[in-house]
Amino acid sequence: MTSSLRVDHAPPIDAPVRIEGTVGWKERHGRSVLVLVLRVLTLVVAIVAWQLTAGHLIGILFVSKPTLVWNQLKAWAESGALWSNSWVTIKEILIGYAFGAGAGVALGFALSLTRVLASVLDPFVMGLYAIPKVALAPLFIVWFGIGLEMKVILAAVTVFFLVFLNTTAGIKQVDDNLIDAARLMGASTPQLILKVVLPGSMAGVLTGLRIAIPYALIGAVIGELVASNQGLGYLINDSASTLNTAGVYAALVALTVIAAVLNAVVNILGRWTDRWRPNDQAR
Amino acid sequence: MPTVLEARDVSKLFTKGSNRVVALRDCSLQVDEGTFVTVLGRSGCGKSTLLNLFAGLTRPTSGEIRSRGTALAGPADGVGYMTQSDTLMPWRKLHRNVEMPLELRGVDRAERTRRAAELIELVGLAGYESHYPRELSGGMRRRASLARMLIGDPDLLLLDEPFSALDAQLRTEMQAELLRLWQGTGRSVVFVTHDIEEALVLGDRVVVLGQHGAVRLDVPVALGRPRDLDEIRVDPAFVEMHRRLARSLRGETGDVVPAS
Ligand SMILES: Nc1ncnc2c1ncn2[C@@H]1O[C@H](COP(=O)(O)OP(=O)(O)OP(=O)(O)O)[C@@H](O)[C@H]1O
Ligand SMILES: [Mg+2]
Repeated sequence: MTSSLRVDHAPPIDAPVRIEGTVGWKERHGRSVLVLVLRVLTLVVAIVAWQLTAGHLIGILFVSKPTLVWNQLKAWAESGALWSNSWVTIKEILIGYAFGAGAGVALGFALSLTRVLASVLDPFVMGLYAIPKVALAPLFIVWFGIGLEMKVILAAVTVFFLVFLNTTAGIKQVDDNLIDAARLMGASTPQLILKVVLPGSMAGVLTGLRIAIPYALIGAVIGELVASNQGLGYLINDSASTLNTAGVYAALVALTVIAAVLNAVVNILGRWTDRWRPNDQAR
Repeated sequence: MPTVLEARDVSKLFTKGSNRVVALRDCSLQVDEGTFVTVLGRSGCGKSTLLNLFAGLTRPTSGEIRSRGTALAGPADGVGYMTQSDTLMPWRKLHRNVEMPLELRGVDRAERTRRAAELIELVGLAGYESHYPRELSGGMRRRASLARMLIGDPDLLLLDEPFSALDAQLRTEMQAELLRLWQGTGRSVVFVTHDIEEALVLGDRVVVLGQHGAVRLDVPVALGRPRDLDEIRVDPAFVEMHRRLARSLRGETGDVVPAS
């Protein structure tokens, strides 16, 4: 070795010491299993209490009864109304989400990369964001009719703002030092965007995508409640107008199931997006 | 020897609210090709600001930075800069961080992986390839940054207190590695430190900066190479230089030697 500075080398620095498989099943999952059991228990107790008190403390017309709701669900399932209407709502949610999220991410990036435009448009975007989206429903009916399109647009608009704002916030958070470092490595502008700005803002983008999921459902259902002839929102309206409380609850149960599935997706995404958090923000 | 890098009457002001903060005032410094220049200075005297200017990351408020005789207008090719703070990409594992300069140049994956493995080994991080930066200690992140800088094979190295987070043993090892990588390669190095001993052990020339980057002292290090760390400490020339640099750092004047 032709080292120009002679030093006694310390023993080489070893690979990390990994202690394999010492984190037991109980340590990792014990708590979450307990929580899950308690959750199921809570649900069962609530349903039983509902069943027992309905008709005694409060009138059936107001709160219906789990058994009645169940019968209604069964009837709808058999007639196919449950599936066809759920499918309509799910379609609105998915299409609306896809359009809103796509536009939000794309415009978020496009605007952030031209800083002047971003600051010019900022107050307008915030103003539009503040409008309750349900207030736009009548306008969308005029533009698109009362079909699927109007619900899709309503869901998309709701999703768009959340994704857009989180995307721009995420891009603002990208550490300038990292951008400088990449520039020093000789990165071109497209490379800077692809290898630094995109991954650096991913935490923000994914947060936006994540929190917007339930809002797609809200947008779609609001659209259905305002004007429709199919979908779960329509089932709610239709049942209510014939004083079929069990029908209202049955449709709500179907919506809750859809929301729960969406939330599960959100949680899984959340765990995944945590990996993108820079240094100290992790967990 | 040709000058690779030169600061000509460089001033740098920062705006802070409605005030301006002076970081550098009329700073002039030359770096000759193939030399190892260490820059000493108290905290806040403008060392990092000067390196940022040399790297082309910021522009001087007045004066000029010249790189190989032409005015610098942005980050130049062939410059490796190890900043004072870590700039590893948090979302990349260690080996992907080290590979990054090659990746940006379009070097193919097999070659990248091979070179990265070599350098990771060199800085003593073998076994940590698939760790994220947050899973490394501060000193390990410094070494990872060093590996990333070296993989680009720069011919000008700018290092801002690269080893101050390392333990004494590791620091001497890294100093030795750095010298080995530098010697005989024709690379030029600007090495910022506030450790007098480090400045003397490494440098061909030590520059002491005073307030606002004023050059207080600019002296060649009259010590032969290779340098043996244990012997060098008791070398009368070393002791004398050490004393002189310490005095200069404290701001005692009467010892100003202008740059040759
Ligand atoms: N971005 C900035 N905005 C405002 N002031 C700054 C900025 N960067 C540096 N300064 C000021 O410039 C001066 C020099 O800073 P610099 O970081 O170059 O010091 P340094 O010599 O590297 O110190 P240290 O040894 O502590 O790293 C300091 O007074 C600092 O407050
Ligand atoms: Mg500094």
